[in-house]
Amino acid sequence: MEQIEFDYPAKRKISQRAHVGVVGSGELEVLLEPGEGARSQVFIRTSVHGFQETWKAVLDRFFAKYDGLVRIQINDAGGTPGSVMLRLEQAVEVSEQ
Amino acid sequence: MITSRDRMNFLNRQSFLELDARGRAAALFDQGTSRELVGPFDRVESPWLAIQDVTPQEDDGCVVMKGKIAGKAAVAVALEGAFQGGSMGEVSGEKMTAAIDLACADSEKGLPTSAVILLETGGVRLQEANLGLGAVAEVIASILTLRKHAPVICVTAGTVGCFGGMSLAAAVSSYIVLTREARLGLNGPEVIEQESGIDEWDSGDRALAFAVNGGEQRYGMGLADALVEDDTPQIADAVRHFIAKGVPPIHRSSQVELYRSRIGALDTSRQWDPNELRRAWGMNGSKEDNR
Repeated sequence: MEQIEFDYPAKRKISQRAHVGVVGSGELEVLLEPGEGARSQVFIRTSVHGFQETWKAVLDRFFAKYDGLVRIQINDAGGTPGSVMLRLEQAVEVSEQ
Repeated sequence: MITSRDRMNFLNRQSFLELDARGRAAALFDQGTSRELVGPFDRVESPWLAIQDVTPQEDDGCVVMKGKIAGKAAVAVALEGAFQGGSMGEVSGEKMTAAIDLACADSEKGLPTSAVILLETGGVRLQEANLGLGAVAEVIASILTLRKHAPVICVTAGTVGCFGGMSLAAAVSSYIVLTREARLGLNGPEVIEQESGIDEWDSGDRALAFAVNGGEQRYGMGLADALVEDDTPQIADAVRHFIAKGVPPIHRSSQVELYRSRIGALDTSRQWDPNELRRAWGMNGSKEDNR
């Protein structure tokens, strides 16, 4: 298991948290909650080693569009970049419902 | 023959199998009455997985919900089959045990509280070894205490099924609800093949697995109380039905003599076929006649 952390600038506070996904094979769970301080934080635990740059590329793209101040925990069991992005977008959708 | 009505029934079905553990548990409660206890944001995860290089899940693959079903107090505990095969670890076991014990405490105080356990599990989580075994024993002890006061309903919808130690938890519950996609058994086909060889059981033979462990066969043999479609309202209806029915006059697992004599009477020198076994055990009729 590998642990990876990132942080990104944020512009606005959010009020609702969201939980989506399951730590199943090729899948991941995302916990998105209101963040603290000035920057959004992302904590990743993944069963697949050596993909730090891929994670960075996916999150760079996600935070290029998303500006909420959040703390995101990702527990991953081998999700593809596509499914990671879908789960992140789903978490945002649930948090804005 | 498939009629257009069958087709519409199929299309209008709200799949239960496609729901995750949280969705399954929530679907059973009366609208707006359920709340989750010790959810993912409480971060009560397994302390044993990360040190063995396995990514933990924040709820440890066990979802606990409290609320009302058919207007009566109930708790539902759902195992997430997609996380580590729905296996029972220290935390998931403790969550299930505590939920059933609290239902029992409420029942003893005069507020009968039923428990619904949604089991999609291969049994004990091997990474947690003895703690998992202990958890299964505690769950069974808790069910045996609660079932005197309020019914414990086991729902196994599939596709993981319910195997290993947790099949014992299913067996001591008051009522068992299965689908055709569900499988229920002590040792799963893979384990039997691994331990006794492919001549004993070819686990790749899915027809054989379902002829022995499948929901339809289990129900046909009188080892389950309802066989339902993979349809959320139908499954919720079955659960409501059994909660309304209350504690059965005699639990299946208390009928030791009946099952001992049935097993004793089986001629094991030859291969039985599934339908023959259903007839011999005489239980393929209505769901009401096997308790």
